[in-house]
Parts: sequence; C-alpha cells; structure tokens
Amino acid sequence: MKKVYMDHASATPVRKEVIDAMMPYFGEKFGNPSTIYDIGSEIKKDIDEQREKVATLIGAEGKEIIFTSSGAEANNLAIKGVAVAKQKKGDHIIISAIEHHSVLNSARYLERTGFEVTFLPVDEYGLVSPARLAKAIRPETILVSIMHANNEIGTIQPISDLSAICREKEIVFHTDAVATVGNIPVDVNDLGVDLLTISGVSLGAPKGIGALYFRKNTRLMPLIHGGIQERGRRGGTENVPGIIGFGKASELAMEELPENMNHVRKLRDRLISGVSERIEQVKLTGHPEKRLPGHASFCVQAIEGEAMLIMLNVKGIYANTGSACASKALKTSPVLVAIGLSADLAQGSAVFTMNRTNSIEDIDYILTELELSVKKLRSLSPIWREKAAA
Amino acid sequence: MYSQIVMDNFSNPSNAGEIENADGIGEVGNPVCGDMMTFYIKVEDEKLADVKFKTFGCVAAIAVSNMVSEMAKGKTLEEAGSITKQSVAEALEGLPKEKMHCSNLGAEALAEAIKDYKSKNSTSESEAG
Repeated sequence: MKKVYMDHASATPVRKEVIDAMMPYFGEKFGNPSTIYDIGSEIKKDIDEQREKVATLIGAEGKEIIFTSSGAEANNLAIKGVAVAKQKKGDHIIISAIEHHSVLNSARYLERTGFEVTFLPVDEYGLVSPARLAKAIRPETILVSIMHANNEIGTIQPISDLSAICREKEIVFHTDAVATVGNIPVDVNDLGVDLLTISGVSLGAPKGIGALYFRKNTRLMPLIHGGIQERGRRGGTENVPGIIGFGKASELAMEELPENMNHVRKLRDRLISGVSERIEQVKLTGHPEKRLPGHASFCVQAIEGEAMLIMLNVKGIYANTGSACASKALKTSPVLVAIGLSADLAQGSAVFTMNRTNSIEDIDYILTELELSVKKLRSLSPIWREKAAA
Repeated sequence: MYSQIVMDNFSNPSNAGEIENADGIGEVGNPVCGDMMTFYIKVEDEKLADVKFKTFGCVAAIAVSNMVSEMAKGKTLEEAGSITKQSVAEALEGLPKEKMHCSNLGAEALAEAIKDYKSKNSTSESEAG
C-alpha cells in the first residue's frame, strides 16, 4: 500500500547523513565533554562546532545558543528563566492565546506563583495585532512571548513589528520558532527577538534535542541547576549524539532551504486548491497567504477529525487533527477556539504538514482518499443530512 | 489504539442509515459536545425487526453505534433495554478509557428510541381505546 507521511510538524524522519554523523558519538567518541583529557575535551570542541551551525541557521552567534532536551524545555527555560531573573523589575507577562502548551502551561504555572499573565487574543486568521500588544503592555511587563508560526493553522506572525514595540520599552521578547526554523528563513536580528526556541525533531534531527537562542546580556535563571555545561545555563552532561545530529540537520536545512520552500509551496497550493475544488463546505484555517509554505489545514463541516484521520490512516496517510475527540482530555484545540471556530466545525479539523520527501503524487493520493473519507463520514452524519435539507 | 473489531465496525458499519417511517427515533448528544447519535428502530411483535443509526463523532462513537445496533437487532424491547455501556465495550473488545462515554451514548440513544416507540404506542392505544 502507498504510504504518505504528512505530519512533519509532529516529527520528521532523521536523515541518513544525520544518523551517520551521530554514530561515532555512541561508540568511540563517548567521552564526557567536561573532562580535561583529549577524548573528552575534543568532544567539547565538536559540540561548539554544532553550536555554530545551529546559530548560522538563525543568523546568531554560537555563544548565544543553549542546547536543551527539546523545544518544550527551551520554551520553559525562556518563560520561567526570564520571569525569575526579572521578577524584581515586574511581574507581568504577555503571551498569545495560541501558544504551544509548553509556553501556555509555563505561563499558567507562573500565574499560580504570583505572576500576572495576559493572554492576547488573535483574529480569525490567528494573527496577533501589534496595536493590541502595545495596549496590553504595563509598566510591570517583563516578558512577551509570541510564537513565530503556529503548527496547527500555519499562520506566520509579524514578529518584527511585535518585537519593536517591546524593544522600545526594554521588555524581553521571546518567540517559539519550532514551526519555522528550517522551513522559512529565520534571522534573530531581522525578527528583533531576545530569545528564540528551536527543536531538532522538526528539522530532521532526532527527538530529545532542542535549543534556546538568547541574545547577549539577556538575563536568564537556569531551570536545571548543575555544573558549568552550557556556560552554567543548563546543567547536566550534554546529549552529545543529539547535538551532533542537530548540527548536521541545521547545516542541511540551511543549504536546502530555498529549494525546499519552493517544493513544498507547490504541494501546499495543490492540496489547498484541490480540497476546495473537490469537497464542499470546507474551511481553510489560518491565514491564506501569511502561512508556512508546507502547511495546509482545514475544518470539514459535519464530520469529526479523529474518524477522518483514522480512515486516512487505514489508507496509509498520516496527518493530524485538533479535534477534541483526538485529545486525551477531550478538549477542542485552544488554537481553533481562539480563531473563533464553532465547536462543531472545530471537530472536523485536519492538518497536513509536508516536507522535501513528499511529492505531487502524494498530494493527489491524499485528495482522492480525503474526498472518499469525507463522503463516507458525511453519509453517516446526522448533521450533514440536516444541512442538505436546510 | 483501537481493537480490530472496533475498526471493522467503524470501517464497514452494517446498520448505518435511516429507516423511513421508523417506529421510534432516539437522539442523544449534540455536535457542539463532539458526538451526536440518532437511532431508528422498526418494531414487529415487540421485537426490534430493524435498527439503524446516523452518527457524528469519532471512530469509537461510530463503532459503538454499529455494535449497539447489531446487539439490539432481533431482541425483544425488554432484552434490548439491558444493553449497557459495559456490554457494548466488552463486545468491542474494549475501548480506550477516554472513549467510554461514547459507549454510554450508544446505549442511551437506543433506549431513547425505544422510549419514543413506547410513548407513541401508548398514545395510539389510548386514542384507539
């Protein structure tokens, strides 16, 4: 059976080149980078080389990169690390309503410990308005965190406009760029951010590795206290193979970026126009233009997303959904709620995220199977009947 | 995540659809809650001669609907009344914990359809009498 993987926002396959680069670090290059003899200290050098590669991908310097265990840890470090470091200056934090759970729940945690948090609403496309941000800022505001692009709806935020407002007032600005780094050009200076989160799993590196970019002089309290690894900002012996893989994946992403963007944009546009031609009553979620080149997301009327995706799964197609039924907590995705979708329409969510390995044939296969699945589920749906009658 | 029998009931539901001039109709849930089931029954000699359903919901909701209709078909109204969320889930060889409420909905929708039949029937009887 044909297999089409289109959930690259959740995980990307680790590339052969990346695995090859990592292999020696499981075996002969096993030394602890904090030691002084050569089999350890050489590895320290290797780590710093990867730091440069990751930094290059985002227009930063190597010494501004802290390796973490994941994008989630980097987000936690950014939010909690700044809040604790700057709490004498103020106790107010602003985040958007559509942040990843690792930002959202870090902010909620801080709320319970006495910080005040403003959750900025977004418009129907998921965009944060700079005017609204400016209005939400108070004298006590110490940190603003707004994600670069949203993984569920693909919308890309006007980060440089938002960060400019904060820079003027000396408020630390963080962006979660897990969905963008490796998929579109990202430059920390163009974006004007102080902190930026990257994850390995979304760019062809293995799981269990991420990084936080921090601009020089940004004060940050570590989450993991320990030795002097990561210049004292994150304790614990380094995940050396993960870091090596992350560096290699960053290098490849940098080289291939323009070509990959063109490729996935064509696939995305074919999928979006194909869906709108072949399936009635479907809403494209997120912004039609200001969106990730490899991201197509929809809400299909009168059917439920988990059923749709399992039906596609049976056909060898792997995609994602924000449907309440697909979450353990049975809650509709906060992102779909924030863009103002009704609960029943949000149930019909389907998200396709593609990369360089996908082809035009993959898109055509999805279009055929998606059309069939929607037709079948609608034939079972009591509310589709009501719509037809109305 | 789902057993083979859940997948079979979901992929090829034998009783999906509506019954024209159904003797009883039961509707539970609503699209805003995420699941909605409508059951249609045909009653002959106090037995369920036919049971059909339409469901808006996840894999579990659709599989439960079909299993309930399968279990109920041919049973007396009284026997069908003893179908519970546990017996449906067992027949499906288990459901993920967070999906047990779907099982409940299916049993409820059938019970509603039987209730609807009984109320219509008692009205027509009293009218006749």
